[in-house]
Amino acid sequence: MSLFPEIIRIMAYVVGVLAFVGLNAAFLVWLERKVAGHIQRRIGPKEVGPFGVLQPVADGIKLISKQLVVPAQADSLLFRLSPVLTMTLAVTVFVVLPFGPSLVARDINIGLLLIFAFLSINVLALFIGGWGSNNKYAVVSAIRAVSQNVAYEVPMLIIVITMVMITSSMNLNVIVSQQGNLLQWHIFPWNGSILSPLAFLIFFVCTLAETNRAPFDLGEAESELVAGFHTEYSGMGFGLFFLGEYASVFVGCALASILFLGGWQCPLGIMPGVHWMLIKTYLLVFVVIWVRWTFPRTTLYGLLNLSWKVLVPFSLVILLVTAAQLKMPWPF
Amino acid sequence: MSGYFKEIYDGGKSLLVGMGITFRYMVQPVVTLQYPHETVPMTPRFRGHIDLACDQAGNHKCIVCGTCQRNCPSGCISLKGEKPEGAKKKLLIAYQLDFTKCSLCGTCVESCPTDALIFSKNYNLAGLSGQEFILDLLKRQEERSK
Amino acid sequence: MSDLAVDPSCETFVLNMGPQHPATHGALRIKLVLDGEYIVEAEPVLGYIHRMHEKMGENRSYLAFMPNTGRLDYLSALSYNHGYVSVVERAAGIAIPERAEYLRVITVELNRISSHLLWLGAFVLDLGGFTPLLYTMDDREQLLDLLESVTGSRLTYCYFRFGGLYNDVDDNFGPGARAFIKRMRRRLPMYHKLISKNVIFRQRLEGIAPVSAEMCRKYGATGPVARGSGIAYDVRKHEPYSVYPEFNFDIPVYEQGDSMARYLIRMDEIEQSLRIVEQGLDKLPPGPIMAVKVPKIIKPPKGDYYMAVEAARGSFGIRLVSDGSATPYRLKLRSPCLSNLSLFGEAARGLLLPDAVAFFGSLDLVIPDIDR
Repeated sequence: MSLFPEIIRIMAYVVGVLAFVGLNAAFLVWLERKVAGHIQRRIGPKEVGPFGVLQPVADGIKLISKQLVVPAQADSLLFRLSPVLTMTLAVTVFVVLPFGPSLVARDINIGLLLIFAFLSINVLALFIGGWGSNNKYAVVSAIRAVSQNVAYEVPMLIIVITMVMITSSMNLNVIVSQQGNLLQWHIFPWNGSILSPLAFLIFFVCTLAETNRAPFDLGEAESELVAGFHTEYSGMGFGLFFLGEYASVFVGCALASILFLGGWQCPLGIMPGVHWMLIKTYLLVFVVIWVRWTFPRTTLYGLLNLSWKVLVPFSLVILLVTAAQLKMPWPF
Repeated sequence: MSGYFKEIYDGGKSLLVGMGITFRYMVQPVVTLQYPHETVPMTPRFRGHIDLACDQAGNHKCIVCGTCQRNCPSGCISLKGEKPEGAKKKLLIAYQLDFTKCSLCGTCVESCPTDALIFSKNYNLAGLSGQEFILDLLKRQEERSK
Repeated sequence: MSDLAVDPSCETFVLNMGPQHPATHGALRIKLVLDGEYIVEAEPVLGYIHRMHEKMGENRSYLAFMPNTGRLDYLSALSYNHGYVSVVERAAGIAIPERAEYLRVITVELNRISSHLLWLGAFVLDLGGFTPLLYTMDDREQLLDLLESVTGSRLTYCYFRFGGLYNDVDDNFGPGARAFIKRMRRRLPMYHKLISKNVIFRQRLEGIAPVSAEMCRKYGATGPVARGSGIAYDVRKHEPYSVYPEFNFDIPVYEQGDSMARYLIRMDEIEQSLRIVEQGLDKLPPGPIMAVKVPKIIKPPKGDYYMAVEAARGSFGIRLVSDGSATPYRLKLRSPCLSNLSLFGEAARGLLLPDAVAFFGSLDLVIPDIDR
């Protein structure tokens, strides 16, 4: 392998991933506002462009044109670092996501591990942002975000371990290629673990909590903490948090569809490709949005109770049952 | 132990019921009105700021008695009348409404002995300075009667 | 309250919730001493929108004070109108035609429903659920259209007059109100399914911030707050005024005293108000809407008069001292929100911040009514 094509390849992927993250955020902002609008029996954005599709662009221009105000007492370095870190981590994760059979920036064997490693550091970005703001609301929010993340990593990782046991691989492309058609999807109880529908549910709930989405948006909690960790951010500082949030929502849903719903594979086994990946992921994103606009917010204690008393025991049971099932031949 | 599972089941069910409701509303038609493009039909009793009423001949009916000015809780009405040489009655020469103070209570309209005041249907009020809301009702009335 | 809170961990900090904060729904400041997220002390700081309504009453004619009454608790302005006209009528000895009394009760109850609907939406918004706000706004819009066609305004009504009403209802009002009753009876079960039965909502309200009947008595809390704590006190039943004795309605009472009880009280009150409106429309007598002999300038005889009405948030009382002149000598307004707020400091002690926000929402406070 010569050096030159490799550089071209890296640059192409960097540009591609960044463009995708931007477009994804724009599309999700639009989708979220449209879905929220119709759930609330109104139209949502409609003035800028056909069906308001250019609304996120208008919002983006507005955000870019705003001054980034750094509060006088804030820790200037941490304050500036946090949004950049959020964004960087979210973008890095895209490197290992397989969008198609060969459409993946880096097809590495520990892709799954890498994603969780980076997603876990994400909470650090929120924390230093909240801490660096020198704002009491932001600090409370940062503390909430950390304890929430600690609680939800556990069941999520147990489920991921279960899936790795079933697929015996951490390479996302290998996991996808095992699920050739609808009947081979890992969500169905006859493929690997009889409890895998439950595993999918737990994974999905954990994704909501991991990405700070409602009903687990304790970090933002606008009626209690004004805007949480990004209270003091203006302009693109806020915009980067926004981009990062939508990017991690996409990553969470993409992971769910890779692990359980066959990723880029077609349900009927014909014409696999990037479109199936996007369809499945955006359907899950739609559910995430739908959930957000239906439920009130939980409290931190309700959330920890749910995690430690329900999700962790259930995921441990799933792990044990799957392990036993893998060691014992069918019928289990 | 059965209580534990029942709680999870009931809780999960209540969440699904809620999602069912919001989904049903999502596919139903919207109920909002797209304001600048469509407007709400105005009720006949809508109370905008006041205006001087026109009779058939296009004249106002004000007799400059000053009841509205006295009764106004906010003191936003000021009117001036003059008795021209030889005339019996006073003639209105200025009627000013300071809309920045008005609370739209309608006391002036009710108390007017000659029903010379009406509510306008003007709700699209916007301006760059407070001065723009000190309305000269006499001028408005003259413009309308033209 | 003392400046030094007795703090368990010696690591408390002060958080000023307000005067601009999304959860206070107005210019109210609550000084919170927090230990982590637990509230050690909560002290409401008032006065940010004090407008001297009582003093204004002392230097203007009786009629000129009317618009002010719609601006105390702007969400149930008609109840306040009702209280004020009633006390002046009582003082001046003006008798009101029956039709006017019925229309007063009907419009006041409709106003109570619209107030509770707005509260419901804002309350769920405090808990982080955005969508129910838009649903309640949709319902409330129907009501406001109805009331606008009668009174001419949508929020700060000024509809009642000494001796009757500003004007009679039109022909569309009866059918419109009945259509609304039918619609609302269909919507209430939906609200219960979407909100009351939701597990997250129940977890956030049940057993949170219990207010004892004792505490309600101590601070003079009335309305849904007191009724949620087991005190079956409603001015409409216990000191009947207007034509309320002729109506058949219940007073919902819950014993628990937690945020859930206060929530359920208001949901039940919407049902009861619908019943009252329905009966009122059935019984509405024909006739004049204005008393024949109402003096142009009202000069009540020398004396001390008091009148309380049941507004959407509790008992609203007006004490009027007249010296026989055309302006009141003293006009004391007893607003329910001030009393209901006063128990916040004691009841919020030891709560978590999000629970305190839920508790605050369940008190249903209108800030301009607190400060007057």
